[in-house]
Amino acid sequence: MADISVDFCGVKFRNPTVLASGVLGVTAASLRNVVKNGAGGVTTKSIWLEEHVGHKNPTMFGTEHYFMNAVGLSDGGFEKAKEETFPEYLKDKPAPIIANIVAAKIEDFGELAEKISSLNPDIIEVNISCPNVEDEFGKPFACSLVDAASVTKAVKEAVAITKEVDEETHKPIIIKLSPNVPNIGEIAKACADSGADGFCAVNTLGPGLAIDIDLRRPILSNKVGGISGPAIKPFAVKCVSDIYKATGLPIIGTGGILTGEDAIEIMMAGARLVGMGTMVYYREVEGFGLVAKEIEEWCDKNGVKNLEEIIGCIE
Amino acid sequence: MIKTFNTRPVAIAIKKIVKENEYTNTYIFDYTLHSKPGQFIMMWIPGVDEKPFSVALDDHNELWITVCKVGPATEELFKLKVGDKVGIRGPFGTSYNIEKDDHLALVAGGYGAAPMYFVAHEAGKIGAKVEFLVGARSEEYLLYTQKILGLGNVNLHISTDDGSAGKKGFVTELLKDVMKKEKITKVFTCGPEIMMKFVGEIAEDNGAECFLSVEKYMKCGFGVCGQCAIDGTGVLACKSGPVMNWKKVKELSEFGKYHRDAQGKKHNY
Repeated sequence: MADISVDFCGVKFRNPTVLASGVLGVTAASLRNVVKNGAGGVTTKSIWLEEHVGHKNPTMFGTEHYFMNAVGLSDGGFEKAKEETFPEYLKDKPAPIIANIVAAKIEDFGELAEKISSLNPDIIEVNISCPNVEDEFGKPFACSLVDAASVTKAVKEAVAITKEVDEETHKPIIIKLSPNVPNIGEIAKACADSGADGFCAVNTLGPGLAIDIDLRRPILSNKVGGISGPAIKPFAVKCVSDIYKATGLPIIGTGGILTGEDAIEIMMAGARLVGMGTMVYYREVEGFGLVAKEIEEWCDKNGVKNLEEIIGCIE
Repeated sequence: MIKTFNTRPVAIAIKKIVKENEYTNTYIFDYTLHSKPGQFIMMWIPGVDEKPFSVALDDHNELWITVCKVGPATEELFKLKVGDKVGIRGPFGTSYNIEKDDHLALVAGGYGAAPMYFVAHEAGKIGAKVEFLVGARSEEYLLYTQKILGLGNVNLHISTDDGSAGKKGFVTELLKDVMKKEKITKVFTCGPEIMMKFVGEIAEDNGAECFLSVEKYMKCGFGVCGQCAIDGTGVLACKSGPVMNWKKVKELSEFGKYHRDAQGKKHNY
């Protein structure tokens, strides 16, 4: 039987499936339930320094081809993560946990990264690509080479403060990138030059606009929302390939992955781990275990003994 | 293996509005979702918000949604008139399973009477017997009693906290009496968590299976956002519930103790 465990930035995952940020990530019990259903690791919902109110409903809907959402990054803030989510999840930690952090200002990213680091996540994922969080020019940090690099640098410096002399306590920093750019490879390279240890790609596409023609108004209360699901998979695979070629750093590939074969495909483009969020809409939470099993079956059928053989193999 | 379903809301005009009491309206639509008793829908009040509501009746002809005015969204809903459109999607979640040999005790607290009416209605169609126990603070808060009396298969038992109608006291006391007199096969309950917890315990003491309707803050309603994850096992109220077996509910450490808001923060009952 194939070994489908993966080493990502020095963290061992029993299989490459990871819960993507924003789905089923409100509580520790929910994250644990995702692991129980087969995920190799989990990512928290985006954590802010302070409590953050999201958008009113409708916040999401799905079709057979795509899914749209604008939840607005609702969150209980760092205090909730510190008092509840991390202590409860880390008690007999069932699988690695990635802390996803978000902020509206570059300085806040640094402060939050330093604080989150003290909660002992395995990896810190920096969300600079949510369509709801914008720089002074009204676009996500991930759409500007300079902003993306500045956030990366701020986070790396902040985490270095908390870093013990022992290198092993150093938390890997990965940057979650936006697909809504013509040059994702260049942006990844700028982040890598500023110290990024890896990437998560991609966040949702768009935003898009869906209109209820009977009510003559947008369906989502935020009017526009990020697009995910099967329709965006080819774009996600291309983005992962670009980042892999530009940096060679570890990547969590995410965007429209629903099956083991989808997972293998994005890994061939350069992903080491496979993030899934919208998959839950199509296959329920049990989908994590099913995808892991499908990856293993594909490997066995194709004589692949270890996933290292296929990661980035198209290059 | 991979489901392809659509969760876009569908715009439906309100056909009729029935005033149940000062705080409660039933909205009737010429529409069916083929929902089962215990399931819920999401109703979008355009320009305002979208909230989950349990189904009070779906006879494949009309859809009834009974709404209690509890906050800003429902206040806006109460301003809508016949002919105005809302967005509806569903049905979502688990349902109450009724068999023809059942002798059910349905225990409703407050506006829990509406989904319990749907159970009684469906039980009548297959010939199951029903003891319908409904409790409220006082007479003016009682819901659905006339409609329940209109069903042939049902004995109605009423309690009010102040004794203004039926027996004075809690509906859980009525349940103890009914469990003594009748050979109840299953107890179904919908109402405040603390009440349902007592109902579960009484049913268990009497050796009857019990199913509860668990309500938590929801955003999507279809198992993605994770807002309604319940502490203990971390299962979702919208997927593993709302209707859950008391045996499973007992594993949920937060049940009867606290709930969470839209930011996921805890609030004690």
